[in-house]
Amino acid sequence: MFLLYVSQMTGAGQLVLRNCALDRGGRRLFSGLSLTLDAGEAALVTGPNGAGKSSLTRMIAGLLPVAEGQMSVKGRLALSNESLALDASETLGDALAYWAGLDGHGFEAVNAALEMLAIPHLAPVPVRMLSTGQRKRASLARVLASGAEIWLLDEPANGLDKASIPLLEAAMATHRAAGGIVVAVSHQPLALPGAQAVRIGA
Amino acid sequence: MSPFWSLVQRDLRLAWSGGLWLPLAFFLLVAVLYPFGVGPDAKLLARTGGGVLWVAALLAALLPVDRLIQPDAEQGVLDQLAVRGISDETVASAKLVAHWLSFAPPLMLAAIPAAALVRIDGETLWRLEAGLALGTPALAALGLLVASLTAGLPRAGALAGLLMLPLAVPVLIFGAGSLSAGSGAAIKLLAASSLFIAALTPFAVGAAIRAMRR
Repeated sequence: MFLLYVSQMTGAGQLVLRNCALDRGGRRLFSGLSLTLDAGEAALVTGPNGAGKSSLTRMIAGLLPVAEGQMSVKGRLALSNESLALDASETLGDALAYWAGLDGHGFEAVNAALEMLAIPHLAPVPVRMLSTGQRKRASLARVLASGAEIWLLDEPANGLDKASIPLLEAAMATHRAAGGIVVAVSHQPLALPGAQAVRIGA
Repeated sequence: MSPFWSLVQRDLRLAWSGGLWLPLAFFLLVAVLYPFGVGPDAKLLARTGGGVLWVAALLAALLPVDRLIQPDAEQGVLDQLAVRGISDETVASAKLVAHWLSFAPPLMLAAIPAAALVRIDGETLWRLEAGLALGTPALAALGLLVASLTAGLPRAGALAGLLMLPLAVPVLIFGAGSLSAGSGAAIKLLAASSLFIAALTPFAVGAAIRAMRR
């Protein structure tokens, strides 16, 4: 089932940051950040609270301007952060299918993603009824179903139980094996073999 | 389906489930209450009724303002659309089309019983309907514009009203002016101002959405 979704990636992605800096509210969060990720590679971003980790994912996603330096993004992006962006009144399956539809996929992609995260039973449940951990998995399912080359995961393990973290790690490994790129921000230990360690802030 | 139409569809679906009847009920209530206020003088009602319905339409357009942009901004929907490379202006245009579709045709239907309540004759009713058809895009656009400017602010609803009502003055003047016989100029000016406002709004709303992210 899951292989179905992997085959949807269209080409090799690439993410290059050269000496990038980011400003928020007139304050420089970080500067001189360089990172090159080719197909199959990953980066694990760590740093203290408020150092700009989430802002980094938003910058790569194109939601915040790069203050200094150059950034080049090849391939499509998928972002999972604290905003669920699923309509509370709809069922999880329908809400995810909306985004999958925008990404050019159908229910199969959604079902495969839900399968991968072991929540296919939640598809008919309204989004507003989901628990914290289930919402996190729903947000990850949207990324899985997107078929995007570059995954930007902001605290993907937050709120996940012990049994779910290996599912997330397996999903990231499958994605990389198929030539995908993962940028993960995490406070919790996350198995991302061979990932470049990016430390932001002191 | 193109992202634009799938956005329009989603907004229509949300409008349908989220209180589409509210502006209509408000519009009809004004039409019901106005004759109580001024008394049963049919001539006076007929002379002023059209203008009152225009004011009611304007106020009805204000009601859904808080659900146009704010929920999507808060839940990260606008961000997810941007990540997919859909421009903020496209999103704004889709929201404008969806808002107009969810609000104008029902309002024009409701104008028929409302016209009977304020005793305006058939000919004036047709001019009112034509005026609403031309003017509601501007009302929808102004609603969307103030929704994008006030999204995330405390007491956004009241502020939206204060911002939108002065901006709607030209639409109201030309709209109410187009009700009397031989008012070709007013209806042309109504169409022109409506087109101007509706054409400019997606860019202003797009800029407001971008500014919100900073």
